[in-house]
Amino acid sequence: MERKTRIEIAKPGLDGHDRGAKYIARALKDAGYEVIYTGIRQTPESIVATAIQEDVDFVGLSLLSGAHNELFPRVVELLKAEGADDIIVFGGGVIPEEDVESLTKKGIQAIFRPGTPISAVIDFIESKKKTTAA
Amino acid sequence: MQESIKNRKMEWEESVLNKVLQKFPERRETFTTGSDKPVERLYLPEEETKGDYLEKIGFPGEYPYTRGVQPTMYRGRLWTMRQYAGFGTAEESNERYKYLLDQGQTGLSIAFDLPTQIGYDSDDPVSMGEVGKVGVAIDSLKDMEILFSGIPLDKVSTSMTINAPAAVLLAMYIAVAEKQGVTRDKIRGTIQNDILKEYIARGTYIFPPAPSMRLINNIFEFCSKEVPKWNTISISGYHIREAGSTAVQEIAFTIADGIEYVRNAIKTGLDVDQFAGRLSFFFNAHNDLFEEVAKYRAARRIWARIMKEKFSARKEKSMMMRFHTQTAGSTLTAQQPDNNVIRVTIQTLAAVLGGTQSLHTNSKDEALALPTEDSVRVALRTQQIVAHESGAANTVDPLAGSYFIEQMTDEIEKEALEYIEKIEKMGGMVRAIEAGYVQKEIQDSAYRYQKAVEKGERIVVGVNKFTVEEAEPKGLLKVDPALREVQIKKIKEIKESRDGSSVESSLTALKKGAADESVNLMPLILDAVHAYATLGEITHVLREEFGEYRESIVL
Repeated sequence: MERKTRIEIAKPGLDGHDRGAKYIARALKDAGYEVIYTGIRQTPESIVATAIQEDVDFVGLSLLSGAHNELFPRVVELLKAEGADDIIVFGGGVIPEEDVESLTKKGIQAIFRPGTPISAVIDFIESKKKTTAA
Repeated sequence: MQESIKNRKMEWEESVLNKVLQKFPERRETFTTGSDKPVERLYLPEEETKGDYLEKIGFPGEYPYTRGVQPTMYRGRLWTMRQYAGFGTAEESNERYKYLLDQGQTGLSIAFDLPTQIGYDSDDPVSMGEVGKVGVAIDSLKDMEILFSGIPLDKVSTSMTINAPAAVLLAMYIAVAEKQGVTRDKIRGTIQNDILKEYIARGTYIFPPAPSMRLINNIFEFCSKEVPKWNTISISGYHIREAGSTAVQEIAFTIADGIEYVRNAIKTGLDVDQFAGRLSFFFNAHNDLFEEVAKYRAARRIWARIMKEKFSARKEKSMMMRFHTQTAGSTLTAQQPDNNVIRVTIQTLAAVLGGTQSLHTNSKDEALALPTEDSVRVALRTQQIVAHESGAANTVDPLAGSYFIEQMTDEIEKEALEYIEKIEKMGGMVRAIEAGYVQKEIQDSAYRYQKAVEKGERIVVGVNKFTVEEAEPKGLLKVDPALREVQIKKIKEIKESRDGSSVESSLTALKKGAADESVNLMPLILDAVHAYATLGEITHVLREEFGEYRESIVL
């Protein structure tokens, strides 16, 4: 049987706005992926530890407090330090457009802003999945 | 008009209305429409159709308060216009508060940053990236002194969105007031202090339920004696709705939280009428205008009946549901943000037609960033236009008697009571939260809603219909990331200049007090605050003694 794609949905930082993260987690599960949802208030360290322990293919970060410029790149750095930089990181939340470019440069491969349909997230995962599977 | 209603109206005028009019005359001698037709204070049915008007709807300022908690409502005094604000340092927020007061705002509402809300100092490693972001950073009494500098605390009422460490921030506020020469019996305001909805929806909990409930009881008791004008809790449905609940779930879960607080306080020996008059509520205002109005009216009726019948309250104040409202952040779109002004206007009307006591209107740019000064002004102007130009404030409960509104009010009441009963059967709200029941109900509603948007069954203008290609607006508010360094420096200075031995002795006393359930912790926290112990130090002591709550994840 083909191994299901595994996705960690995580909330770094201190904000408790988990409506979006939980929606994404559940919608991806419904779409047939294996989803691990961490709950709120995770440190970048704990998110990376979960990613490695659960052997995930993707990490999706959700943050609405404005701390994304500090915390998203930190997750990418830590994954790299653990030799797990094949794991693809994406993010979402209240993120101003002007921050997207610098986040992308720092290795967050996609930023999904408010109003994004779930199909866009699934398309992203499918397109990256092919490249990782090869 | 039918005799029974006419007679009751005369009784109401004598026993309720006249007393209030003597003390608080209405804003004008006569009220008229835009084209000079007279507007009466209160409109009543010509006749009883089903024979239950008096029992179910009745008169404003009178049990069961369906038509509002005051007999003259906004003809007497407009609602308090209270914009939730705060960011960056205490200095920056102090400037924003003074600006808002200058612009005609009538009360303050303090937003704290997340480390403050969860009891961490700015120099704590977990505070990285969060300092000053969603509110102002408060580490010690020093920051609080700066925050209210030049603002006379006997003149303004202040609402503070603070929950798990509410006792500490309240102690700091009392200390600042006293430094200004304002005694604690004179200060007016509200602390949110509603931990149950933090477990359900908002997420800034620290301690497990039992010690959290104790802290709340300590505050109830302390304030009933020392700070009588303070609203000791704001039982909040706002965040439950933001998390995706329905209108029915919003009021059902909020009232079920309220029941838990009242029951707990009574269990520790407080008399219901000693504290219940200081309970206040906080609701959301969504786009569906009529459903929202019916929701507020149903909530008032349910609460009044529960307080009277279940908890045997005797004082009228204990049965009155007074509430603050905020327009719905989750309805704001990042796309075509100007459209949000219109959404907020509808929501403002809902809150006003529903009889709110105070209101925060969101700014149009909040789906993108913290609001700028300009967009906050438009949000405040929205309230002022509804207040002074729309006529909605000139008669009491204008939608009463509409077949639609009254039936909707009854239906929401019935469905909310079914939820409340179910939660009571589970053993109360703490049990229902631990079982994940409430969280699951909300998530299911949120999921259904989002699916409907995705499928286009629900239209969100500018998002899934009537879309345009657009560039993001310029000039969004940015919080300086170097701010954490500023706060860290302030903490260092405080720790060097304060008297270390009094910090230590006050924290030791607090630790001892925390271990003994019969001790009221408020005076001990006040001592620590006066000694300039930091919020993080005080909370740390309590964390050691009480432990920390872990979320039960429900998907």
